[in-house]
Amino acid sequence: MIERKQILTADDIRRALVRIAHEIDERNGGLHDVILVGIRRRGVPLAERIAAAIADFEGVRVPVGQLDITLYRDDLRMRGPAPLVRKTEIQPDITGKVVVLVDDVLYTGRTVRAALDAIADLGRPERIQLAVLVDRGHRELPIRADFVGKNVPTARAEHVEVRLREAGDDADEVVIGRSDSA
Amino acid sequence: MIHSTDAAHRRHAIDLDDFTPEEIEEVLETTESMKEVLSREIKQVPALRGRNVVNMFYEESTRTRISFELAARALSANIVNFTARGSSVEKGESLLDTVRTLQALGADIVVIRHGEAGAPYIVAREFRGSVINAGDGRHAHPTQALLDMYTMRERLGQIRGLHVVIVGDILHSRVARSNLWGLTRMGAEVTLCAPPTLLGPAAYWQATWPSVRVGHDLDDALAGADVVMALRLQKERQQAGLLPSLREYTRRYGITPERLARLGERTLIMHPGPMNEGVEISPEAATAPNAVIEEQVTNGVAVRMALLYRLAG
Repeated sequence: MIERKQILTADDIRRALVRIAHEIDERNGGLHDVILVGIRRRGVPLAERIAAAIADFEGVRVPVGQLDITLYRDDLRMRGPAPLVRKTEIQPDITGKVVVLVDDVLYTGRTVRAALDAIADLGRPERIQLAVLVDRGHRELPIRADFVGKNVPTARAEHVEVRLREAGDDADEVVIGRSDSA
Repeated sequence: MIHSTDAAHRRHAIDLDDFTPEEIEEVLETTESMKEVLSREIKQVPALRGRNVVNMFYEESTRTRISFELAARALSANIVNFTARGSSVEKGESLLDTVRTLQALGADIVVIRHGEAGAPYIVAREFRGSVINAGDGRHAHPTQALLDMYTMRERLGQIRGLHVVIVGDILHSRVARSNLWGLTRMGAEVTLCAPPTLLGPAAYWQATWPSVRVGHDLDDALAGADVVMALRLQKERQQAGLLPSLREYTRRYGITPERLARLGERTLIMHPGPMNEGVEISPEAATAPNAVIEEQVTNGVAVRMALLYRLAG
């Protein structure tokens, strides 16, 4: 039996992303060197939404890239069949730019660690920042986010699911669940 | 996270006969991602860091060996080369002794090229890691067929429905056999074209691949072809009496400038290399805008990365 509780509605998600968009602008004193890089899969539509919010209030279109971190994971041997590798596409060159990594949930920090390694192989940005929709705690690495939609205290046995229409889900929401078997 | 379709996860890649269309599709998609890695300034990812890959080449093939070496290194694996010449093979060490030794030395993946069909299966029975066939006798050359399919898909969009003509020494060709498995599974129509002495009876091919067409007239076969794949003609075939003369072979089965002119510009010209220019393919055809022979070589590294990654996961 799985209990599920909604922690962010579609409107909460929208407001959180608009706020993050403003924070990215303020923190960097403008947006001309900013590239948003979504971590596949759900970081990519979130990065697109932040870019759309920026376009709304600032009238500029910041570039959005997508990063697949599969080849940088530290748990390939522990997971049975190799996960599928999707394409990484980031334009223009990130060297000298401000890369804002975007992901849905920040948890152990291992995905972000892999993303930092992947970015370092693609160029040398001036700065790398991290934006997440949900920070659920339980970090295993010294990593923190620069921009957080919502901090959600969780137990390890719980799981946080970000559901987005662009990712094929039937609604925009964030739910927290606990499965007895977990 | 999306995992590959094959839950019972693949350990060896010896031929394409045990690959489903879905798995071939996944390998080709992974190849696309690997090509992106190879297009970077830093052409290396850490996915296979600390794994040991051994190239075990009992037949010399510098290009295939280097392709596997670059693929393994681009994934950060350690790779060492075992070549039969000058090694203990000359002292009579058996294939199985060698495999046991490599296993004891810590090999995780063995890439084997061998003159005898079936040698990779013998290695796979003994070896606890993974085996990739880099060509065994007339039997199979799966990474070549995968890179050929990737190249066709990249240039022509999809494999389903393509009309592919394979011309040359088909009877002795592992490239043709692995391509037959792959292309027919992926829904291409394949025509084999060769002189009777290098082809054998149609029934022999159709017993395994019922949809395959077989013919002896290249100009007939090329009508409506999307791809023509010329195979290397070993000059020993003439000494063995299978051909009247090389010039006669070229006139009837070569991709000559005249045939090149008749082919549409959309018809891809492929060759697994190394080419005998002026025999099975003219220099004009080998360098034509619709020739993709160098792309095949480039794509070979990415395909081998995709396969190494899949087996090591």
